[in-house]
Amino acid sequence: MPEPQPPRPPQSEPPGGGRAPEDGAVAATGMGGAMDLATSEGATLEGARGPDGAGPRDRPRSLWSDAWRDLRRNPVFLVSALLILFLVFVSLWPSAIAPGNPLACDLAKAQEGSQPGHPFGFNGQGCDVYTRTVYGARVSVTVGVLATLGVAVLGSVLGGLAGFFGGVWDAILSRITDIFFAIPVVLGGLVLLSVVTSSTIWPVIGFMVLLGWPQISRIARGSVITARQNDYVQAARALGASSPRMLLRHIAPNAVAPVIVVATIALGTYIALEATLSYLGVGLKPPTVSWGIDISSASAYIRQAPHALLWPAGALAVTVLAFIMLGDAVRDALDPKLR
Amino acid sequence: MRGARHATWIAGAAAVALAATACGGGGGSDGGDGSGVLSSSWGDPQNPLEPANTNEVQGGKVLDMVFRGLKRYDAKTGEAKDMLAEKIETSDSQNFTVTVEDGWTFSNGEKVTARSFVDAWNYGASLKNNQKNAYFFAYIDGYDEVHPESGKQSADTMSGLKVTGERTFTIRLDQKFSTFPDTLGYAAFAPLPRAFFDDHDAWLKKPVGNGPYTVESYTKGSQMSLRKWDDYPGDDKAENGGVDLKVYTDNNTAYTDLMAGNLDLVDDVPASQLKNAKSDLGDRYINTPAGIIQTLAFPFYDDDWNKDGGEKVRKGLSMAIDRDQITDTIFQKTRTPATDWTSPVLGDDGGYEKGLCGDACEYDPEQAKKLIEEGGGLPGGQVKISYNADTGSHREWVDAVCNSINNALDNDKACVGSPVGTFADYRNRITQSKMSGPFRAGWQMDYPLIQNFLQPLYYTNASSNDGKWSDKEFDGLVDKANAETDTGKAVQYFQQAEEVLRDEMAAIPLWYQNGSAGYSDRLSDVALNQFSVPVYNEIKVG
Amino acid sequence: MGRYVIRRLLQMIPVFVGATLLIFLMVNVMGDPVAGLCGDKECDPATAAQLRREFGLDKPVWQQYLTYMGNVFTGDFGTAFNGQKVTELMSTAFPVTIRLTVVAVLFEIVVGIALGVVTGLRRGRPVDTAVLVLTLVVISVPTFVTGLLLQLLLGVQWSWIRPSVSAEAPFGELIVPGLVLASVSLAYVTRLTRTSIAENRRADYVRTAIAKGLPRRRVVTRHLLRNSLIPVVTFIGTDVGALMGGAIVTERIFNIHGVGFQLYQGILRQNTQTVVGFVTVLVLVFLVANLLVDLLYAVLDPRIRYA
Repeated sequence: MPEPQPPRPPQSEPPGGGRAPEDGAVAATGMGGAMDLATSEGATLEGARGPDGAGPRDRPRSLWSDAWRDLRRNPVFLVSALLILFLVFVSLWPSAIAPGNPLACDLAKAQEGSQPGHPFGFNGQGCDVYTRTVYGARVSVTVGVLATLGVAVLGSVLGGLAGFFGGVWDAILSRITDIFFAIPVVLGGLVLLSVVTSSTIWPVIGFMVLLGWPQISRIARGSVITARQNDYVQAARALGASSPRMLLRHIAPNAVAPVIVVATIALGTYIALEATLSYLGVGLKPPTVSWGIDISSASAYIRQAPHALLWPAGALAVTVLAFIMLGDAVRDALDPKLR
Repeated sequence: MRGARHATWIAGAAAVALAATACGGGGGSDGGDGSGVLSSSWGDPQNPLEPANTNEVQGGKVLDMVFRGLKRYDAKTGEAKDMLAEKIETSDSQNFTVTVEDGWTFSNGEKVTARSFVDAWNYGASLKNNQKNAYFFAYIDGYDEVHPESGKQSADTMSGLKVTGERTFTIRLDQKFSTFPDTLGYAAFAPLPRAFFDDHDAWLKKPVGNGPYTVESYTKGSQMSLRKWDDYPGDDKAENGGVDLKVYTDNNTAYTDLMAGNLDLVDDVPASQLKNAKSDLGDRYINTPAGIIQTLAFPFYDDDWNKDGGEKVRKGLSMAIDRDQITDTIFQKTRTPATDWTSPVLGDDGGYEKGLCGDACEYDPEQAKKLIEEGGGLPGGQVKISYNADTGSHREWVDAVCNSINNALDNDKACVGSPVGTFADYRNRITQSKMSGPFRAGWQMDYPLIQNFLQPLYYTNASSNDGKWSDKEFDGLVDKANAETDTGKAVQYFQQAEEVLRDEMAAIPLWYQNGSAGYSDRLSDVALNQFSVPVYNEIKVG
Repeated sequence: MGRYVIRRLLQMIPVFVGATLLIFLMVNVMGDPVAGLCGDKECDPATAAQLRREFGLDKPVWQQYLTYMGNVFTGDFGTAFNGQKVTELMSTAFPVTIRLTVVAVLFEIVVGIALGVVTGLRRGRPVDTAVLVLTLVVISVPTFVTGLLLQLLLGVQWSWIRPSVSAEAPFGELIVPGLVLASVSLAYVTRLTRTSIAENRRADYVRTAIAKGLPRRRVVTRHLLRNSLIPVVTFIGTDVGALMGGAIVTERIFNIHGVGFQLYQGILRQNTQTVVGFVTVLVLVFLVANLLVDLLYAVLDPRIRYA
């Protein structure tokens, strides 16, 4: 049953391929620039694709195979992908490169520098910094991946539905999105996580999903609205395709690219956010071994034992960098305008 | 290119500004004539700055400068000496007659009279005024009427207080309490001027008292400027022109500021900076004993921790903690391993007994392991030491204690720290009896008496008995000690009670905390009193 | 335009109510704040009950919220536990944070856009790659690490700056904290400008302008820059709200007594009145900034008309 005319979203769509201001670069998340970066770069992408789909002239190949060809030749992608593979390996089998026990600490060695068998030295509690840095990868990567998955699923479902059905549902969902957007993330973390005593990683992940989904939701909504106006969707509609079928078969595959880009970049920022929460004393808790915990406990000893801070911080930065670079490369590959 | 030129211009401007700010700092006028003003680190007080409403060090600092009470604790010995009191007389340890010395005034000119005290104490005790230290007046007759356990108060003034002359009043207690006069040095017992009652809001904005300093300005949440009160009638006049208290959220930053010359005095050097303090400051670093003990309390309301043989587990845990190494490495000797449940500042006469804890407080991994096994092992196979993560340097030592226990028991999961985000939440869990393992318990004495280290903490249902420990023998000995009029005998009974504490290991004594402070080279004669508060009025600037 | 603004203002109402309610509930989840007021002692039950009554904590949450919002509309933001009026705290905290935000935004505008233009015009050259890598590094190091390192190096080791900011917080002392606060957004502004410039450089109107023989500088400033800056300006506009609320970490490191400090303090002491009050204002700033940016968008891009 074809609807006569898709209802307009509450915000007026600017003419000519530009993006509606509320969906675009204006999405300041309060998570700091990196989060905004993810949002807006995704939005640039979404806007760049324009209402009539990907590249207008040559389309013998699909957007995806095109992108893959591009990616394989992109050194940035290769470097970041290798780094991420390495990180995943280390997360799964940390003992392969670090034989020690991250929980074995000898206070007598506190703050000592590098020495044979202990290349990164010891932290304030006399734990081996190298072992802890290696073991910390698992938690940081897990938090990043799971939080991103949660945010991506929740965000795309809510945003996609809002964009697809429009009207009242869109209005309500968009306002709810705004509500969560308006709460500064670090503040929300301080309030929500300060009451948690569980020493597992789930509260932290749950919090990130709770305050992170609006970001993806906006992107998903915008790209679903764009995709919905494509000719082939209109055609499917005219042929009498059901709503779920249209959403899953025709719209989702074409609207998912911006979500992937944003999610990849956001993954890096979640890892950094975990560290910030630990610094404020509300992040993960021991005996969990994480970079965030180590960075925050070493930050007090920055003058006497900078190595205890710099190694985990460096590992964290490299990881975040790898994911942002990956997202960047994927974005470049998916953005026909930049070819 | 235009953009690029712009960038260099801004960079230049930034460099100029950086240079300009680098020269600033310090502040205040110099000179050894006693007019120099020093700056000191401070924390935003948690409660309104009323004498009977301030129960933490930061607010206490201000009160100590702005008020003088009947008694004052000597900074070095802790002895309660007469300050405003000309004499306090009693014949039965229950009825006291107080004579206030002549010549004292508040800084607004009002005379300090007997009424100044009686009104202040009635205000402090009265339930409707929400004074958190109201319980200090609980021994005074009639407290129950002005501060009932529940329901409305039936009186506004305590019947035990009577003004008998301009400078005399009488106190009647509801029980014998021979050392009561010695508690009167506590800030809650300070006198208050009429201005406090007549225009309360204005008073709170700018407190007026009878101490050597007056409040010049108070910017909420960031700074308080106190200046020397030139007409202060006491003999402990301020040796400096004043003190600027600056609020710091993080005492690491305060220490950093001291290093950079922007701050003159940091009275709480963070544990992580202690290692630097000696080399940074040389002899401008002080480390003096204070009446503070840190312990680990146990949740005796939890059956796991209150079963037979539990005392063996608790003793075992105590013996698994290498106090010497932790106080050396983490605290750089600003803590002393505890060997009893009081504090060295009490002195031997006051009831401190070195080594009372015996072997149970000595590190002995073998014995520790054996005791814990004999006692049935750790409840649940793991102990979680709870602490609040927002203040103090608790995380460092809890992690170190846990590592020590883990190493002693050869099990890297035997002990973990369990941080609680905020102090308020931490206290909630304690008062609601929700702790499931040992937890941090610190005690800073209110007044230097052995009674203060034992009764509030371990007497059945006492206000700070966080673990809800209860022991008839202990209670009996404390009661006996309180009724004793001879101080020496009272102390003996308290020590016997402490032995009960030891045999049951009701709480693990960890270490005695020192006050540590660092100061700039503009200052001299800096000292901390036994409450680890700087004796500001003696500090010389320049 | 007028109708659009009115519609947007009406939309703000549910968002405002929702956001304040959300933060109210969140702070309430933290539990009873009274227990923390009595130090390491247990508050005596009578005083605790009295305090709860006085702060309205004994009432159901919805009633607390309604009372609170009712008071807010009359300008009464309540009292913190230490007897200080929240409005008083605001009047000392907001000017400081606004100054800090101004410094941060200036950095974003001047440094961010300049770097973006340079790299956008020199895509692929070494300077472009170098700046790009630099922005990535800035983004991937957590702000608190950057802040602590700068404080240690500039403030302690080399003594170029005061390691902390004094109570008056003049602009001069806020330069480094402002830079730290702005760093990540700064990196982003650079990247956004770069992308935008690179895209527009190949646009027809630029080619036309060059073909007409206009001098390069004029093309860049008049044609290219004006059009490329639209997304950048909108981003910076909305970043203002985020910077003000996100300054908790920076303000903590540099001991700045601004909004972040008060919020942090308020959360630690579970001071509902302070936290909700400050967040309410921040939410308002966020909403108004969003609206202004959208309007600005229309002004900058004549193709957009709001009905």
